[in-house]
Amino acid sequence: MSPPPSSLPEETHCRPKSSVMLARVAGSLYWMSRYLERAENQARLIDVNLNLLLDFGHLSSSQLKDHWLPIVRSSGDEELFARLYQNADNRSVTEFMSLCRDNPNSLISCISAARENARQVRDQISSEMWEVLNEAHHFIQRSRPQDLWHQGASAFYERIKRYSHLFQGITVSTFSRNEGFEFIQFGKYLERADQITRLLDMKYHILLPTAAEVGGALDSAQWHAILRSASALEAYRRAYVSEVHYLKVIEFLLFDPHFPRGLRFCCQEMAHFIGLIEQHHCPPEGHSASRRFAGFCARLEREHVRAVVQRGLHEYLDEAQLEIAEAGNLLYQNYMYHPAVDLNAEIRFHQQQEQQQQSEPQQQSEPLQRQTADSTVTEATSKALDPDRNPR
Amino acid sequence: MFTDLEFKSIPPILALLMLKAGCPQPMLFDSYQPENFHDEMFQSRGCPRPHYQAVMDAINGLQGSEFQQRQTAVEAAFMRSGVTFTVYSDSQGTERIFPFDCVPRVIPALEWQRVERGLVQRLNALNLFLHDLYHDQRILKDRVIAPAYLLGAKHFRREFMHSSVPRDIYVHICGSDLIRDRSGNYLVLEDNLRCPSGASYMLENRSALKRSFPELFERAGVRPVDHYPSELLKVLQHCAPAQFRGDDAPQAVLLTPGVLNSAYFEHAFLARQMGIPIVEGRDLLVRDQKVYMRTTAGPLQVDVIYRRIDDDFLDPSVFRPDSMLGVPGLVQAVRAGHVTLANSIGTGVADDKVVYYFVPKIISYYLGEEPILPNVETFLASEPTDCSFILENLDKLVVKAANEAGGYGMLMGPWASRAEIEQFRRLIEANPRNYIAQHPVSLSRHPTWCGEQFEGRHIDLRPYILCGEKVTVTPGGLTRVALRKGSLVVNSSQGGGSKDTWVLQS
Repeated sequence: MSPPPSSLPEETHCRPKSSVMLARVAGSLYWMSRYLERAENQARLIDVNLNLLLDFGHLSSSQLKDHWLPIVRSSGDEELFARLYQNADNRSVTEFMSLCRDNPNSLISCISAARENARQVRDQISSEMWEVLNEAHHFIQRSRPQDLWHQGASAFYERIKRYSHLFQGITVSTFSRNEGFEFIQFGKYLERADQITRLLDMKYHILLPTAAEVGGALDSAQWHAILRSASALEAYRRAYVSEVHYLKVIEFLLFDPHFPRGLRFCCQEMAHFIGLIEQHHCPPEGHSASRRFAGFCARLEREHVRAVVQRGLHEYLDEAQLEIAEAGNLLYQNYMYHPAVDLNAEIRFHQQQEQQQQSEPQQQSEPLQRQTADSTVTEATSKALDPDRNPR
Repeated sequence: MFTDLEFKSIPPILALLMLKAGCPQPMLFDSYQPENFHDEMFQSRGCPRPHYQAVMDAINGLQGSEFQQRQTAVEAAFMRSGVTFTVYSDSQGTERIFPFDCVPRVIPALEWQRVERGLVQRLNALNLFLHDLYHDQRILKDRVIAPAYLLGAKHFRREFMHSSVPRDIYVHICGSDLIRDRSGNYLVLEDNLRCPSGASYMLENRSALKRSFPELFERAGVRPVDHYPSELLKVLQHCAPAQFRGDDAPQAVLLTPGVLNSAYFEHAFLARQMGIPIVEGRDLLVRDQKVYMRTTAGPLQVDVIYRRIDDDFLDPSVFRPDSMLGVPGLVQAVRAGHVTLANSIGTGVADDKVVYYFVPKIISYYLGEEPILPNVETFLASEPTDCSFILENLDKLVVKAANEAGGYGMLMGPWASRAEIEQFRRLIEANPRNYIAQHPVSLSRHPTWCGEQFEGRHIDLRPYILCGEKVTVTPGGLTRVALRKGSLVVNSSQGGGSKDTWVLQS
């Protein structure tokens, strides 16, 4: 007995088979890319801040705490940190953010998650891509906190950043431009956009500049550090040829259309890849990510930095984070996430089908029983194919 | 940036100076002792077999330290590219490389021809046997094998009686284990007709040795193995369901238990080499007795499944209901002829160790030929005369459970403790059908690098035989080495390593 034909979506014929990919694979490519980008940003952030502290000689423990806690807070791991460490200082924060396996956002966790996702789709990515991630994984697995300090923290973070850069370059030159590539790029720009909002929020949220402080040595050094954390100092200087002023820094990092780590640029790229991905499919009615996100991008183009700061930068960044997250969710739900099949319902369904088949000849005269079976079919099928779409 | 994984070898100029200085150069194989075994490389001490001469000359020209460096470089490269398996016993899920020894095992062309013919003969007979067993059962009616042996076998699938498989091929991929006795005769130790693994190591070993010892290959004339994945793909496509609807190639996939499986590297490797998707049970769905994979663009029908999951776990609606790895409804889809499984369901009945005993008879029965590759002499505990012989000689025999693989469920009589022997005595008496016994074969040995020098270690050979349009054998296979001194157990789970295996052109 066959299930109602309507219960199974039409088999896909729109594209050649070679470009069809498993939803699970799309998800793994996306997360692989996000986690590696996160690791790179995190590595730069720690490195810059360790470096910055060198300029201020000896700081009291409360000063150190004021410096580091906002950084821990920016990734949302403050509670966990407080549970694991007593003081927020160079060593504890660095260790927590780099090599702490209990911290899901530490470098070691990010890299092993990126590599684990890559392993799931080992057959889809090039060997060169895999080897970089695998090598990064083995490198960070063998690193111990004491080595990190002995051999120079800077060299350590430099190496992590290099792995990420190498990976991106290899991806561009070895990965076919198919849907998988779009998910990889989308993941990268989404993570980067998210990170830039967190970076700015961290600084602005904590150290609202008072009139007296603006332009002071500490303030200026801090804004320098922000730029360097986004790999943006040189690009900023070329764009503004002037001293580092906080309004200009904010403007540059949020609204510059050309700088590849800036919010506007990343959002443009996200919109581009959302468009490509949705071109292959018809997104469910009312769930089109591209339409919604295009609106946000258009607003980014019209925004003025003074107005944004006047209305409240923190609120603005919050809103941007929500838009970015929403775009990610829509894509994830529509294309990457297939809810697990209800295995028990599937087993029952197929066992019933089999019984039915065995007693097929007698069944012609028993419409009632057939109906029961059909309703089971519908239930199991709709469960499997029309997901209740919860993110993991 | 990867310097810590690289090596500085002795600069050539320095090596030259060392030579010029006239230091007496001990050759690496000078102290090697073949001892009283069949040694693959040496006829007698210092006297290599002719087909090994080139390998010996090339390696003898190296310093021990240089050999060690290259050996270590190969291991680092395996680690870097993730040619690893997962060690289950470890909570961290540690990954290890499958130890690799850089001295290749060499098989001359004539010797190989005979092995190849023997393997083709064997697989042809086994496929005929499986078809007969699941249809007319002539072999039982003709009293060649007592029905009880087959119908009671653990892997006999009664549900598949009279159900046909495309082109009557049951076993598409076979990995039979061969050993050589003291006189150098090749013997079949067992057949692996379910999901034989290791082909990826055969391919990785070859490419690793080519990178690290290119000079070995220069004049040797080694037959290539790297067409294995494309041959395998052809086999899968050849066996597409009879009702295959499309004009283009059938959609094949590789079904894996998942990343946690110790052989996941191999699954990903083969899928990548064949260019087919690797799927897990959760990626597939059966509707209308057809199998679909869940893609970003919706369901897409699958025609052939190269499955790396055992029968028991394939379909929880038919076999083990607790299997989370399988696909409910898959068995029905197979029976309806909408999808082909490679290998088919129920092939395990023919690699049962009791059925192994009958394979020479199976060959004569279906092909009317004498077996080219003999079995190891085997005793069945279920035959009363054999049984008393086994029980009287437990301390001299190797006893094996009929359905275990991977070197488990075995008694190595001559090396076993009193307690182990008594334990097996009870096991055999309780369930004679489940046990066989063999005289221990003193496996051939091969020079193997043991850190500072070469020592003899026991080896076997797992060739890969594919059955599609015709039966083909990849020249070579995986040579497994028991790395522990004196050990006869070559399984990777128990301290085994491997070697590149060469079949020479002429």
